[in-house]
Amino acid sequence: MKVKEVVAALDLTVRSGAAKLERDITGAYVSDLLSDVMSNAREGNVWITLQIHPNIVAVASLLNLAAVIVSRGAEPEEATITKAEEEGIVLLTSREPSFEVAGRLYRLLHKG
Amino acid sequence: MKNGTNPEADRDQKICLSFNVEGGNFLAAGEASIRLKHTLQHIGYPASLIRRVAVAAYEAEMNIIIHADSGVLKAEVTPEAVTIWAEDKGPGIEDIGLAMQEGYSTAPNYIREMGFGAGMGLPNIKRCADIFEIETHVGVGTKIRIVIFNKQKTN
Repeated sequence: MKVKEVVAALDLTVRSGAAKLERDITGAYVSDLLSDVMSNAREGNVWITLQIHPNIVAVASLLNLAAVIVSRGAEPEEATITKAEEEGIVLLTSREPSFEVAGRLYRLLHKG
Repeated sequence: MKNGTNPEADRDQKICLSFNVEGGNFLAAGEASIRLKHTLQHIGYPASLIRRVAVAAYEAEMNIIIHADSGVLKAEVTPEAVTIWAEDKGPGIEDIGLAMQEGYSTAPNYIREMGFGAGMGLPNIKRCADIFEIETHVGVGTKIRIVIFNKQKTN
């Protein structure tokens, strides 16, 4: 499944990386602890988090994640969006909490 | 670290990188590790190896930013291995045994709220490293050395 299909299905807002929505997703990881994400998220994963500061971009870049979804209507810092554009990271936002985002994404990725 | 990058290519034998890391500068956090990762991608290191280097370098870089006043992250890349040195001027570690335990952290609350200070930094580094050495002096600073071998290369 491609990032753009998830954006459409989950009604997400694209905040950066609009040119990289064709990428395939390998899975997802939900956590707000950066070291936990570093240790456990995999290349091509979507990362669902409440963190909004620029370091989420560094983590996404180092792990080559497919996208970051900031959940529960949290607003990424301006510096985060700028950095995400620079690094070519897809940054998405959702009105829904992490549980709902993850649940809907799980169903999408595992159907059939 | 904008000042510190100095790739010296020894005609595809050895690449040395050095980055100054400023304590407390969370805005620049991760930049040194990202540069190292890009270097490895550029010379065609295997993805699984790049991941281990990226995780170890990031945690070492973050430790300087979270805990120290200043420091240097250095890397030496050869066809056989990546060696990373992280050396800082800072508070040092009072009890290395505790610091190596997953979940133990001395990071202040405002840093934890950013999702750092989960007490996973040093354990993450150790898990990714083939060789991990740490030398620390309370009130002076901490030096760590990480070696990750490019095992696929010997096949």
